Amino acid sequence: MLEQLLQFVVTGITVGSTYALVGLGFALIYNASQVVNFAQGEFVMLGAMVAVSIVGAGAPLPVAVLGGVAATTLVGIALEKLAIEPARGASVITTIIITIGASILLRGVALLIWGKDIYALPHFSGEEPIAIGSATVLPQSLWVMGVAAVLVLAVRLFFDRTMLGKAVLACACNRTAAQLVGINVQLMLTLSYALSAMLGAVAGVLVAPIAFTSWDAGVMLGLKGFSAAILGGMGNPMGAVAGGLLLGLIESLGAGLLSSGYKDALAFLIILIVLVVRPSGIFGRAAVERV
Amino acid sequence: MSGRRTFLKKASICVAAAGLLGLGGVQAAEPIRIGSVLSVTGPASFLGDPELKTLQMYVDEINAKGGIDGHKIELIHYDDGSDAKKAVNFVKRLIQRDKVHVIVGGTTSGASLAMIPEAEGAGVPFISLAGSVKIVEPVKKWVFKTPHTDKMAAAKIFEDMRRRGIKKVALISGSGGFDKSGRAESLALAPEYGIEIVADETYNNKDTDMTAQLTRIRATDAEAILNFGFGTGPAIVTKNARQLGIDLPLYQSHGVASKKFIELAGEAAEGVRLPAAALLVAEKLPDNDPQKPVLLAYKRKYEAKYGPVSTFGGHAYDGLFIALEAIDRANSLDRAKIRDEIERTRGFVGTGGVFNMSPEDHLGLDLSAFRMLEIRNGDWVLVE
Repeated sequence: MLEQLLQFVVTGITVGSTYALVGLGFALIYNASQVVNFAQGEFVMLGAMVAVSIVGAGAPLPVAVLGGVAATTLVGIALEKLAIEPARGASVITTIIITIGASILLRGVALLIWGKDIYALPHFSGEEPIAIGSATVLPQSLWVMGVAAVLVLAVRLFFDRTMLGKAVLACACNRTAAQLVGINVQLMLTLSYALSAMLGAVAGVLVAPIAFTSWDAGVMLGLKGFSAAILGGMGNPMGAVAGGLLLGLIESLGAGLLSSGYKDALAFLIILIVLVVRPSGIFGRAAVERV
Repeated sequence: MSGRRTFLKKASICVAAAGLLGLGGVQAAEPIRIGSVLSVTGPASFLGDPELKTLQMYVDEINAKGGIDGHKIELIHYDDGSDAKKAVNFVKRLIQRDKVHVIVGGTTSGASLAMIPEAEGAGVPFISLAGSVKIVEPVKKWVFKTPHTDKMAAAKIFEDMRRRGIKKVALISGSGGFDKSGRAESLALAPEYGIEIVADETYNNKDTDMTAQLTRIRATDAEAILNFGFGTGPAIVTKNARQLGIDLPLYQSHGVASKKFIELAGEAAEGVRLPAAALLVAEKLPDNDPQKPVLLAYKRKYEAKYGPVSTFGGHAYDGLFIALEAIDRANSLDRAKIRDEIERTRGFVGTGGVFNMSPEDHLGLDLSAFRMLEIRNGDWVLVE
């Protein structure tokens, strides 16, 4: 039993790391503009798809990975410049609806370009499973966990230690005040979309060797990442990471210890409970409206 | 508008010509009207698209050669967009307005089951191209079908397991309609083969990791794993099983019978066994196999025109030619006579197998229609 448990935990952390990366992307844009970007899952899909195409064209894997991430980052910037910026002054809800539209558009374009086929990227460093005690893990899973950890740390340092990161936070706090002290609010917004798209694309290329990718792969990953961000507290990037790991663990332990039939039901049940007990998420701050 | 004008003009020219030659009374033989409702667009388009292409290709070819006994074939086709409700409306139109003699189609099981009452009520022979065993069990007077059923797939797998002395099986299945139906058929059929299902795990079709379920399976005394699934799920199950070091024989359903599965599962696919239609291994069949020439002919013709074949197009081939041969034998366009002849189909060699229909069996395929394959060195190998 104990050795099974170890496997469930290892699996949970692997899957949770992906959710964490996607959730982090949600939290970044929310932090800068109070907007939930529903095209986040499509960034994950795009990153993987572009990388698959580059590998298909004969380029080495590292080039493909960088290419996929770079292209998706550009798409993120384009999304902000072409769809979010022109709607400046619109309500948060309107902006969220724009991102939903963008996600449908990106999915449609992906369907046109890549068709309905399922694609896989090669594993970064072989497929020979590594034993951790009685549990086994794929080298690719270590890549997912390692890169997720590094990126989480980098995002944290960016917000805590750099002027630029603090400027982004300032925009989220009070847009007008930020503008008054000379912060280029528009630039900060573009920056947060670029960062979110980049994070999503990294998640996409990391997961594509294990979980494959297709034109509609972003839907489920986006949903799980969103749940992670909600669970952890939307405005808190580190909360999104914790939420992602927790969600992965709940799913894996639920499937392993209870029954695989209840896995998703269990995950959503816990999210609901958290939202009822702590509407701002586990690590979120309660929002205070000042009149 | 302009289309109509040219049509009228043509018609009047024809009438004038006929009048001049004094041939007003002569008529061409009545065309054989084959109605079809297929899911050419929508989520099931990967099934419906090759089906329609197959029908069109052969109808055009037969007409170019002058039709059957002077009767041209008219293919009247509607696309239900993978929506069973639309299929019902279209089948009504086929029967009432287009007055078709026989219906070949119904891409999905949902659409086919919805079309059955219309065909039964109006008395039109209907050959379905969908998988569910419910279409022909219990037998309905006017309804036939050509594709293998999930029940047959389960039976074929259990037969192979029995041959290898496997008695305890862990079942794992996805969340789609195909997967669920396959799971139910497997559970129901296992006792007949003396097989005990020792685990019954499920996963969501969009899940990215099944190690938790497989870890549970590893803890049982299962002697083999059977996965009923479609899409990415089976490939992930295969990879995860290898990752966990599970070396039990792994069986997959015909849902993975495409090169894509081998490509996605990679090395982990080695040794995986699955039942599949003979079309998949047409070139590898022994030369004395009765299906070989039929399969190769269909494959070459289709691939020359459209690219890689799929077994789904093959089901349309079988449906079309079972209908045409029945019409030929009936020597009449009477719907009831056509139906009787379809039911008398014996030894028809199609892409899905050798069909022997009877009043009790409106599918007419036995287990030989499925071939047991094993994946070796990234390719299919026949293991019978």
